[in-house]
Amino acid sequence: MNPQIRRLFFVLVALFVALIAISSYWLWDAPNLEAKRGNPNLLVKQLTIKRGLIYASDRHTILAKNRKLKKKGFGRPWYLRVYPHGELAANAVGYSTIERSRTGIEKSFNDYLTGSNANLDTVLNNTLDKLRGLTQEGNNLVTTIDIRGQRAAMQGLAGKCGAAVAIEPSTGRVLVLASQPSYDPNLVEGHFKAIARAAAGAPCHPPAPLLDRATQGLYIPGSTFKVVTAAAALDTGRFNPQSRFDDPGYCIEYGKKVSNFADQSGPEVFGNVNFGEALQHSINAVFCNIGKTLGAGKILQYAQRFGFYEEPPIQLPSEEIQPSGLYRNGRLYLPKDQNAVDPGRLAFGQERLQVTPLQMALVAAGIANGGVVMRPTLLDRIVTPDGKVIERTNPQKWKEAIRPRTAAELTAMMEAVVEGGTGTAAQIPGVSVAGKTGTAETGVQGQNDTWFIAFAPADHPKVAVAVGLSNQSGVGGTTAAPIAKAIMEAVLRRNP
Amino acid sequence: MLPLTGLLTAVGLTMIYRIDPDLAFKQGWWVVVGLLAFAALVLFMKDHRTLDQVKYVLGLTAIGLLILPAVPGLGRTINGASLWVDLGPIVFQPGEFAKVLLVIFLAGYLRDNREMLSMGGGRYGVPSPKHFGPLLVIWGGAMLVLFETNDLGGGLLYFSIFLAMLWVATARWPYVAVGGALFALGAYALYHVVPHVQDRISVWLDPWQDPFDKGYQLVQSIYAISGGGLFGQGLGEGVLISPQGHTYIPYLETDFIFAGIAQELGLAGAVGVILLYVLFLYRGFRIAIMAADGFSKLLALGLTAALAIQAFIIIGGVTRLIPLTGITLPFVSYGGSSIVANFVLVGLLLMVSNHVNQGPAS
Repeated sequence: MNPQIRRLFFVLVALFVALIAISSYWLWDAPNLEAKRGNPNLLVKQLTIKRGLIYASDRHTILAKNRKLKKKGFGRPWYLRVYPHGELAANAVGYSTIERSRTGIEKSFNDYLTGSNANLDTVLNNTLDKLRGLTQEGNNLVTTIDIRGQRAAMQGLAGKCGAAVAIEPSTGRVLVLASQPSYDPNLVEGHFKAIARAAAGAPCHPPAPLLDRATQGLYIPGSTFKVVTAAAALDTGRFNPQSRFDDPGYCIEYGKKVSNFADQSGPEVFGNVNFGEALQHSINAVFCNIGKTLGAGKILQYAQRFGFYEEPPIQLPSEEIQPSGLYRNGRLYLPKDQNAVDPGRLAFGQERLQVTPLQMALVAAGIANGGVVMRPTLLDRIVTPDGKVIERTNPQKWKEAIRPRTAAELTAMMEAVVEGGTGTAAQIPGVSVAGKTGTAETGVQGQNDTWFIAFAPADHPKVAVAVGLSNQSGVGGTTAAPIAKAIMEAVLRRNP
Repeated sequence: MLPLTGLLTAVGLTMIYRIDPDLAFKQGWWVVVGLLAFAALVLFMKDHRTLDQVKYVLGLTAIGLLILPAVPGLGRTINGASLWVDLGPIVFQPGEFAKVLLVIFLAGYLRDNREMLSMGGGRYGVPSPKHFGPLLVIWGGAMLVLFETNDLGGGLLYFSIFLAMLWVATARWPYVAVGGALFALGAYALYHVVPHVQDRISVWLDPWQDPFDKGYQLVQSIYAISGGGLFGQGLGEGVLISPQGHTYIPYLETDFIFAGIAQELGLAGAVGVILLYVLFLYRGFRIAIMAADGFSKLLALGLTAALAIQAFIIIGGVTRLIPLTGITLPFVSYGGSSIVANFVLVGLLLMVSNHVNQGPAS
């Protein structure tokens, strides 16, 4: 029997060699496996890092912190993320979890928050921590989020579907980035289904609480886009604020009547008006004719000068930002032949325009800042755990949209909108407000996209704001303007 | 042999302690029980060859043990397989003990009939039912019970032991071929009858088809092995337990303990464990080769092969080399029945070895 025993030994040894081979194979395949969803290796390893805190701009309000996990067993302690203010800034801050990875600032600044950035101080600290067997600590982040403005925005948007963005025009600091319906980021880990349940009552379908409507929500701009058209009209020198128009209540395009916005008495007719009055009362027929005069190409060119057709360089993950512009079949569309676009309807914000609240806030901020759109930023500074500032955001120009003189003329026209036009609901006692309303009918009752963009104080702007709502039955002047007013008041109270 | 057993048991205890200290404490008691069984065996049984005289009793006992889990009121089904017996305070796996008894029976039986079986007494070179019958009955009974209880790992293990011992005893390839064909046929039938088996096969072919449900366990096992790197994350530092307190791999402390070892001790640790089994295999087969009588030879061979094949089946399962079947990693996995039965197995091997050392004269 001995020869058989020897042979059997080699057969079995061969089987064990196969075991060693396949174990080695999995090691070799590790980079591929690490990228698979559901592989906890990398994610859990990051749990041993004490992530940096995320602060609001007051450097005091904590938007994201850590909870040390009491765990059964061994090894270094684990830290889970806690968001003390729940949904307040959820769509901007995002979340960092094991089950669902990361979004928002938690994702875009992950390197800093985990201390894996290449800054010399950070590298030194981490190496020392590793040698000492200590927990690796990330850098703290101070955002530009103005907590009072953010709160005013979330309260104003509550129960609605929409978003609000506020920007400091002179610096590009994003003060408010609010979206509703929102979600409690503390529920993402382990209670994900509760998020959908909580948002089920929202008036839009699907409620999509994780969607950051401020940067990804695409809406029809309606009359707020008249600001861009007006900028083109004035900046090209083709028109001035005193240019006169006759409004018969409609405009003829391609041989068809395009009527003014209709109230219960039918389309309004304003008769002989100047350019300022046309914006003040948001007269479609006048803008339709201006559009025909300028041509679609010119209007789109100015839209691009304000940042349309690009993802605004706000420091959020690219998949959470949408560019604004004309859309065709769900895709951004810039026609080579300008005759492919209806210039009249484009001029008052219809055609196939789709814009984000962030983009409209950038338009308002650009006009407020004398025609220069500053690069939007969410980051104020990055601070090491022991208090050393390793990075600070300096204001940078992003777009030179229009000449300062055009901006001044447009500001005066927009002030008139709030003083005695469609935007009177945004008046703030003692502060001059410049603004523009928008109401885009989608053809279905109760599903208007309504808007208000504004900045204040008009003579020395501290805040520019855009509020966009969907599924509204009212108009921009009554639905969005009061929210914009509340945000501006909240921001200006801190910074008068 | 004993140092190898000690080392494997220690690795197992350490790993279980890292997963759940309470479990390690219980396992510690089982090791004590195993050692007592081991000592009792060596002290009270002067000569292992006395077992030869009761081989039929042992064979039938093995079948009886295997039937136990299928008895209503006694059996407990865990994870689709009914291989547990619930005796109030103690839940045990009779299959682990049946494994040892079956090897003893086969050793005795094959020694008695190997001449007849290898010559092929009957027509067409096929041995007569007189010689082959009892073997087929015992083996067929065991197989039937196994399929009844859905214990695929056990079925594969017993079948492999049977074929290995039959081949060593007779040196005839046709037996292996016919046996292999029979097994393939059985497996094919099983595949079409039991949905549980179909799942196991499709998960094996592509675990990423359903990585969050059916393939979850295997996929997580592979992640743990690949994430361990060359030298592992370090004991206690590996990604094994989630923040919610459950293990990422279900049954980590029993069937999947090899994946845990690979995660925390790395490829080096995993290969180390594999090499310990190879050494065990070498030592066990040395005993078989040195043993003077046929019964001792076949006994040592069968017991060693049983342990090695069991280790291969479960390590192969968790590394996706072969389809996964639930079975313990000898000495390492958590489980009282497994520890006690395997200590008895080592005890018998050492008795054969001791006999060899005392010289052929005695």
